[in-house]
Amino acid sequence: MKLSKLAIAAAMAATLSAPIHAAEQFFPVLVYRTGAYAPNGSQWANGYVDYLKLVNAKGGINGVKIAYEECEFGYATDRGVECYERLKNKHGGATVFQPLSTGVTFALTDKAPIDKIPLITAGYGRSESQNGAVFTWNFPLLGTYWVAADVLVQHVAKKEGGFDKLKGKKIALVYHDSPYGKEPIALLEERAKMHGFQLMLLPVAHPGVEQKATWLQIRQQRPDYVFLWGWGVMNSTALKEAQATGYPREKMYGVWWAGAEPDVKDVGEGAKGYNALALQHGAEPNAKVVKDILTLVYDKGQGTGPREEVGNVLYMRGLISAMLGVEGVRRAQERFGKGKVMTGEQVRWGLENLDLDQKKLDALGFAGVMRPVRTSCLDHMGSSWVRIHTWNGTKWEFTSDWYQADEKVIRPMVMLASAKYAEEKKITPRTPEQCKE
Amino acid sequence: MAFFIETLIGGLMAGMLYSLVALGFVLIFKASGVFNFAQGALVLFAALAMARFAEWLPAWFGIESLALANVLAFLITIAIMFVAALLIERLVLRYLVNQEGATLLMATLGIAYFLEGFGQTVFGSDIYKIDVGMPKDPVLILENVFEGGILINKEDFIAAVIAATLVTLLTLFFQKTATGRALRAVADDHQAAQSIGIPLNRIWVIVWCVAGVVALVAGIIWGSKLGVQFSLATVALRALPVVILGGLTSVPGAIIGGLIIGVGEKLSEVYLGPSIGGGIEIWFAYVLALVFLLFRPQGLFGEKIIDRV
Repeated sequence: MKLSKLAIAAAMAATLSAPIHAAEQFFPVLVYRTGAYAPNGSQWANGYVDYLKLVNAKGGINGVKIAYEECEFGYATDRGVECYERLKNKHGGATVFQPLSTGVTFALTDKAPIDKIPLITAGYGRSESQNGAVFTWNFPLLGTYWVAADVLVQHVAKKEGGFDKLKGKKIALVYHDSPYGKEPIALLEERAKMHGFQLMLLPVAHPGVEQKATWLQIRQQRPDYVFLWGWGVMNSTALKEAQATGYPREKMYGVWWAGAEPDVKDVGEGAKGYNALALQHGAEPNAKVVKDILTLVYDKGQGTGPREEVGNVLYMRGLISAMLGVEGVRRAQERFGKGKVMTGEQVRWGLENLDLDQKKLDALGFAGVMRPVRTSCLDHMGSSWVRIHTWNGTKWEFTSDWYQADEKVIRPMVMLASAKYAEEKKITPRTPEQCKE
Repeated sequence: MAFFIETLIGGLMAGMLYSLVALGFVLIFKASGVFNFAQGALVLFAALAMARFAEWLPAWFGIESLALANVLAFLITIAIMFVAALLIERLVLRYLVNQEGATLLMATLGIAYFLEGFGQTVFGSDIYKIDVGMPKDPVLILENVFEGGILINKEDFIAAVIAATLVTLLTLFFQKTATGRALRAVADDHQAAQSIGIPLNRIWVIVWCVAGVVALVAGIIWGSKLGVQFSLATVALRALPVVILGGLTSVPGAIIGGLIIGVGEKLSEVYLGPSIGGGIEIWFAYVLALVFLLFRPQGLFGEKIIDRV
């Protein structure tokens, strides 16, 4: 009998946490393999854990093996914080947390500086945390929601023939009514003021399965574009409602968390033409790193999830997130001692001095998957390259060139919001001189 | 005007589905006095079984016909739901005869958690498809009366018709059959029903079987619309304000309550939502139900209970 994914996960529960030995670098893994968001969360978690296994299979980080332990939180903020508290001091102390939840990120942003553990939030979290002068422990690597929203506006402007053509247009934001879904609103309002388009805000309550009224409003208002900021079942429900109300899927653009296989495979042909942002990568079954995982992890019977999902969009997102954490440790070792276990503070230094050029990425097996990332003490994002991919009824295909967020728009917003945060929390921002220490 | 009518129709069709699930609550409450918190979990469990067997059977036995695979999966799922009903009676309810309502409620909460976890462990936690051939594209009617016509979602319409048929059948079953009357007798008083020879345990198995069938039909309809995944368990709980409004003991109450809640939440989201931030339909349904309770504490059609002191 073919065992389901969860059954396999349950059967392997004993192996979910690698045996802990002395001198191992501990990676806590916050996951949601159950609940409303499990179809998306489990693929990310499988990619994350598989990459850690791959690093161990290749001998560790300069010989330092990785230990990891999963904690299931069901995408609930309170349980996520509970997992953080449970794991932060285990096995000699956590290296880095990656909660895959903007709500949990908001909650942990105050805790990370006290516990001195970095937070990597690749493609999610607080947009203003790009400013490393204030958010010293947050690393929204590769992109924030302001980047995503900015690129979407750039893309539709390009389609219309220029930003001036956006005047009088109507753009609807259908968003998950949570900190995650609300993040792009500030940027879109700013862009709406700049270009004269009308922004319709349509919140959808958790988990997002009831959208009839939302799409009736879209049918009535007929926006020129719909931006979808959903997660989990909300995305496929939105596409089904769009089909049921006759809204063209070609006019729909999802954020990178609304552009993976679980979002469209159940809708199939009904989602044909739907577009979503790709946080650099898409589905990458042919990447070298994926082939390495299949050979060194799955062929040895140590794969975390189903083999057929290896290389899927969210699997790759988890894998890249793990790689960024591992490379932070590797970079820290260059300064603090190769072959040693790094503390949270040392890893933070590594993360804000990341310099993953194309040569390094290619060597790691990420050729064609992502572009270089270079962080600094003041810039904790590292890069903002984004592409659009489109569902053709059976698979995702890239349909745009590379975009980057417009720093002239985003930078002032980041500085303003982070200054406000610093004032609220009585934080003295780091100066460039302090960064050299 | 056309938009208002569209919203109204959308609300009525959603309401019919709420009625169907609410009926699952009412059935069990009428028959056993148990507020069955596990109805949502039953919907999820049934839909998961249906979706996975429809997928597994063709792979195991080389069945090529989608219709045949669906029929076989449906029959297997019915059998599974009957076994589940039997086990619930044997392992949980049998030991709780004549216990406080709160005790029985807590027992159903336990059943809910067990079914959710067990269902996902056996059948998986991914999104699964139930393809029973429901049309997905909309149809426009009255185009010559209203500009742009009135949009009807064919899938919702068919779902509402199926739900209405099942609701009618269950109403007839309750009112016109001997078993139905026995169910109502048990609901009134366990001991009195037993004293006149009504087999309590068998009645409970029957009512949980019926609730299982209702859950399966609701699971197929919603699973076909939304995909089969964990959220189905929470969708089914959308019927809670319906039973609050309609009264826990009334089949017509579940029907009318479902329609009022369906229409109320859609109209509130569309017309009130934009002025107070949107995303209000879920909690607005409860507000609506609570307002009704201020005037009729027993619900629209619930029995008014008078205890002599």
